[in-house]
Amino acid sequence: MSSLQFDIAHLLAGSLVLASFMMLYQDRLYSLLNVYALHAGVLALSVAWQAYVQHAPHLYVTAVIALVFKAIIIPVALHRIIKQLGIHREIENVIGIGLTMMAGIGLVALSMVVMLRVTPGADALAREDLAFALSVVLLGLLIMVTRRNAVSQVVGFMSLENGLVLAATGAKGMPLVVEISVAFSVLIAFIVIGIFLFRIRERFDSVDVQALDRFRGERR
Amino acid sequence: MKIDALTAILLIPAVSTALLAVLPGYALTARFNVVAAFATFLTSLSLFVVEPTSGQYLLVDDLNKVFIVLTTFVGFTTSVFSASYIDHEIEIGRLTPAFLRFYHAMYQTLMFAMNLALVANNIGLMWVAVEVATLTTVLMVGIYRTHEALEAAWKYFILGSVGIALALFGTILVYMAARPVVGEGLDGMVWTVLVAHASQFDPALLNVAFVFLLLGYGTKVGLAPLHAWLPDAHAEGPTPISAVLSGLLLNVALYALLRFKMMLAVNPAAIAPGPLMVSMGLISVIFASLMLYRRRDIKRMFAYSSIEHMGIIVFAFGMGGPLANFAGLLHMTMHSLTKSAIFFAVGHIAQVKGTQKIADIGGLTVTNPVLGWGLMLGVVAIVGLPPLGIFMSEFLVVSSTFARAPWLTAILVLGIIIALGGLLLRVGSVMFGEPKGPTAPAEASYVPMFTHLALVAMAGIYLPPALVTGFTNVAKLLG
Repeated sequence: MSSLQFDIAHLLAGSLVLASFMMLYQDRLYSLLNVYALHAGVLALSVAWQAYVQHAPHLYVTAVIALVFKAIIIPVALHRIIKQLGIHREIENVIGIGLTMMAGIGLVALSMVVMLRVTPGADALAREDLAFALSVVLLGLLIMVTRRNAVSQVVGFMSLENGLVLAATGAKGMPLVVEISVAFSVLIAFIVIGIFLFRIRERFDSVDVQALDRFRGERR
Repeated sequence: MKIDALTAILLIPAVSTALLAVLPGYALTARFNVVAAFATFLTSLSLFVVEPTSGQYLLVDDLNKVFIVLTTFVGFTTSVFSASYIDHEIEIGRLTPAFLRFYHAMYQTLMFAMNLALVANNIGLMWVAVEVATLTTVLMVGIYRTHEALEAAWKYFILGSVGIALALFGTILVYMAARPVVGEGLDGMVWTVLVAHASQFDPALLNVAFVFLLLGYGTKVGLAPLHAWLPDAHAEGPTPISAVLSGLLLNVALYALLRFKMMLAVNPAAIAPGPLMVSMGLISVIFASLMLYRRRDIKRMFAYSSIEHMGIIVFAFGMGGPLANFAGLLHMTMHSLTKSAIFFAVGHIAQVKGTQKIADIGGLTVTNPVLGWGLMLGVVAIVGLPPLGIFMSEFLVVSSTFARAPWLTAILVLGIIIALGGLLLRVGSVMFGEPKGPTAPAEASYVPMFTHLALVAMAGIYLPPALVTGFTNVAKLLG
C-alpha cells in the first residue's frame, strides 16, 4: 500500500473522531443534527476510500447507504420532527461541557492505548482504523450518557454505530458488512419512529392517531 | 436448496410470519400461531433422529439441539397460553383486533430470529439474528401504548441497542484475530472454522474481543449491572412476551456467549472467561435477590427473579467442568420451564384481578384455587425447594463448585436464601389472607402451565437416562 493511500484513510478516520468531538459540545438540537450529517458524510467518504483501496466493490454499497440514508434522510426527518414538536432548544447536559470534553479526551486516549497494544500483528491501516473506530464508539456512548433528551440520545447512538461501520470496513475482507449496515439502518429507522411515537405520547397523552385527528379538527 | 429439518425450523416461522401478517380474524390467527409453533417443535424433535449436515451458515451440534428443542417447546406452549390470554385482552378492549395481526406476525418473527441465532454457524449471522429478536420484542413490549409501556420499550430499545452494538464490535475483533490465521473472507466468521484454529489466534485481541462480547450479549442476558431494561420490559409488555423473554430470549443471548467462551477455551494464552462470568453471575444473584424485597408489581418481581437465575446459570457455566456445566444446563432448562409457567399463572391472575399490584391481590388460593395453587407450586419450584427440579439443579451447581471454591459457593447460597425469603414473603400475602379484588373465575388455559410444572416436578425426582447422557455430552463439549 502506498503511503498516500494510507494517509488519506488516516485523515478520513481522524476526521470522524473530530466530528464526534464536535458533537460533544453542541448545545442546540439543530446544530447537533448538522454535525451528525457531517459525521455520516465523512463516514461515507471513508468507506468509499476503503472500498477503493481494498478493491472491494461491495463496500461502495455501504458507502452509498451511509451517504443517502444517514447523512441525508435521517437528519432531514429528525429536523422535521423537531420542528413539528417545537423542541429545538432542548438539550439538557447532565454534566458541563468542559468536563465532557475532558472525559472525551480520556476515552480517545484509552482506546488508542488498548487497541494499539493488542493489535501489533495486524497491518497498520486496519490497526489505526480500529483504534479510531473504538474512539468513535466510546464518544458516542459518552454523548448518550451526557444528554437527557431522547433525540440527542439517538444521535449519540447513530454516531456510535458509524464507528462500528468504520471498524467493520477497516477489517479487510470481512463478509456481511453490507448486511450489517442494512440491519443497523433498519434499527435506526425504528428508533426514529420510536421517538416520534414517544414524543407524541408526551404531548397528546396518547399515540392514538384519533387524538391527532381531534387536534386537526378531523374527528370521525 | 434442499429442505431438511435445519432449514424447516427457520422456514416454518418465516412463512407463518408472512401468512399471519395478511390473515384476518383473530380466532383463526391465534389458532394458526399455535399450529405453526407446534410444527416447528415437531421439526426440532426430528433433529435427534436425523442430523442434517451443517454448512458454512447453519450448524447443528449437541449444544444447540438442547437449546432449539427447549426454545421451540416453550414457544409452542406459550402460543397456546397466548391464544386464551389474548382472547381475554380483546374482550376487555385492551388490545384491538388490528393489533392482533401485528402481534402474531411478530411472535413468529421472534421464533424465527431465535431459531436463526441458535443454528447460525456464522458469528455475523448470529449477531443479526439477535438484533432482529431484540427489535421484535421491543415492538411487542410497547404494544399496549400506555405511557409506561412506551417508556419500557424505549429503555429496552436504547440499552439493548447499545448492548448489541458492543457485541458487534467484539465480533469484528474476533474476525480481526482470525484473519491472519484463516485468511480473508467468509472463513473468518464461520464458528466451526474459528474454533478449529483459535489456538493460533492472537490472545491479546481475543481478550479484548471477549470483554466486548460479554458486555454486549451480557446486556441481553440481563446480568447486573447491565440489567436495567429487563424488569421494565417484563412488567409492561403482554404476559406471553414476558414468558418468552424470560424463558427463551435470555437463553439465546447466553448461548451466543457460550459459543465464544468455547472459542476462547481453545486458546491457552487468552484470558479464562470463567472468572469474569463467575463474578458477573454472583453480582447478579446478590443484587437481584436483594431487590426482590421491595417489589410492588408482581410481574416486575418475577423479572428480578429471572435476573437471579440467569446469574446462577452464568455462574455455573463460568465455573466450568463437566459437572458444573451439566448443572448449568439443567438449571437453564428448569428455569425456562418454571418461569414461563409462573408467567402463565401471573398473566391470568392479573387479568382476573385487573391489576399487577401485589398489594391489590390477595387470597388467591380461596378465590381462584387452581391458579393460586398453580402459582404457589411454581414459586415453590423457583425458590429451589425440594423435591422439584430447580432444587436438584441448584444443588448440583452448589455441590459441584464447593470443592473448588467454597467461598464463592457460600456467597451463591446466601443469595439463593435471600431470594427464597423475599419471594415467599411477597407471595404469601398474594396466596393467603384476605381475598382482594374481583373474584370472577378465570377463563384460563391451565394445560401449558401444568405441563411445565409437571415436567419440573418430574425432573426433581427422576431424570430420563437419555436426557442425562445428552446433557453430559453437551457439558463435555462446553469444557
